[in-house]
Amino acid sequence: MSLNVINTKKAKEMLIYVANEIIDSKPLLTEIDSKIGDGDHGIGMSGGLKKAKEKLMAYEETSNVYDVFSLTGKTMLMSMGGASGVIFGSLFLAGAKNVSPKEELNTRDVTEMFDKGLQAIKERGKAEVGDKTMVDALEPAVKAMKSYEDNNLLEMFKLAESAAQEGVENTKNYIAKYGRAKSLMERAIGYQDAGATSVWIIFKSMREFIEND
Amino acid sequence: MKEIINDPENIISEVMDGFISAYSYLYEKVPEVNGILLKERRKDKVTLVIGGGSGHEPMFGGFVGEGLADAAACGNIFASPDPNTIYETAKSAHAGKGVLFLYGCYAGDNLNFDMAEEMLQDEGIKTAHIRVWDDCASAPIERIEDRRGIAGDVFMVKIAGAACDAGLSLEEVVLVLENARNNLRSIGIATKPGKIPGLEKPTFELKDNEMEFGMGLHGEPGIQRTQMKPADELVEILYGHITKDMPLISGDNVCILVNGLGSTTIIEMSIVFRKVRQLLESDGIQIHDADINSYCTSLGMGGFSISILKLDSELKKYYNSPCYCPYYAKQQR
Repeated sequence: MSLNVINTKKAKEMLIYVANEIIDSKPLLTEIDSKIGDGDHGIGMSGGLKKAKEKLMAYEETSNVYDVFSLTGKTMLMSMGGASGVIFGSLFLAGAKNVSPKEELNTRDVTEMFDKGLQAIKERGKAEVGDKTMVDALEPAVKAMKSYEDNNLLEMFKLAESAAQEGVENTKNYIAKYGRAKSLMERAIGYQDAGATSVWIIFKSMREFIEND
Repeated sequence: MKEIINDPENIISEVMDGFISAYSYLYEKVPEVNGILLKERRKDKVTLVIGGGSGHEPMFGGFVGEGLADAAACGNIFASPDPNTIYETAKSAHAGKGVLFLYGCYAGDNLNFDMAEEMLQDEGIKTAHIRVWDDCASAPIERIEDRRGIAGDVFMVKIAGAACDAGLSLEEVVLVLENARNNLRSIGIATKPGKIPGLEKPTFELKDNEMEFGMGLHGEPGIQRTQMKPADELVEILYGHITKDMPLISGDNVCILVNGLGSTTIIEMSIVFRKVRQLLESDGIQIHDADINSYCTSLGMGGFSISILKLDSELKKYYNSPCYCPYYAKQQR
């Protein structure tokens, strides 16, 4: 029986699961990033999520489920540095900001949270789909979630995951507008973006957690 | 490649510990974050805070000192410091007349410094920033704001430190630095990759007989990869790029920096400077001051860059004021 709502306890378990998956993906992300970037995306992401995991483990659950996402985002933002610290921190932080506390989130709440995260990231980073950034995976994932009308978390995350995965594939066709790959111009074509790959891993992990629960 | 480290995870904290304690007569650490602070806080002046990723030593941490920066916020290897590190560093250094942030123009730095400024402004602290974009190989002049900051940072910190020490307001310091930035260009070549501690592979690959023009400090691709050439030919090409971008005319006064990227020797850089001087002389341009050193490095990368700062009377005044830090010092002139 999979979940239809996420409460604070489940959100905490889910984000710890996501953190573990990102930490395990460090070599993969490093490998992808070294092709066209510094090669430090894996180090940054796994370092930030290691810190977030420590905070989550020590976190005393409150009734507001958004606090778990805020804590994760804030920890990443305040510890990672680099562009990915701000961007991935905002993914979890911005969506949980200025919202009334809730004990559990349904598909609509989760969608709204990630949509707000996406908007904040686009505003801060000024990236659009096609710029070879994490937005290439995040925006299609959020679109897929928005188009889903039922209240089944697993089905929604499945759609988001496959949209994110397709977004990662699409980054191979783009030239980069940000980061070290920017100066590669068309030489960046053929390589996937590391940030988009992280987004896909995050959605894949959330889907797995819900599926296995 | 061999490197003298312990656990890659502890690199930055061990660097902070060693570096700050070695120069404890000058520096102290900002509690809780990787910030380097001038011990003797100066008052009645704009606070100059510089920073960026680690791996370019002595830039940025080594440029805290008299006539230079008040503090430096240090990130992980090649990664911008996080907003909290920048915020705490600036807050510890702030002396009441506002904070000027000076850093290289990179996506991560721009995002993190912007957030830190918002945090400080929320507390009523006045802030401004100057992004250094001297690397003329990294984007065409129409998109100058997309250019990266490289060794020209040295001249910018020098001028900024002097302007802040002169007691100018935040708005006035910004104007001086915009003028400095407009009159500053750099370009370099890479001959050998550096290496990020803890990662297996070098930052890029370059064959033994190859070099690349305009390669960035983190191994960002440059504008042309060719066979290695004699020093004079390299300098002619680099000089040509700079003077096409920022024309120099007979009678101009300039400061020159030949900056090594980490593993290039002073022998090699002196030969480079010799040719730069010859070219400037033949164009009727006067050298006000010059430096041959490795200030803005990239973890042992081979190669060098040439930076030219064109002086007017304002910039000359600030350039001529004295400064001191363990890695860079100028006498009053």
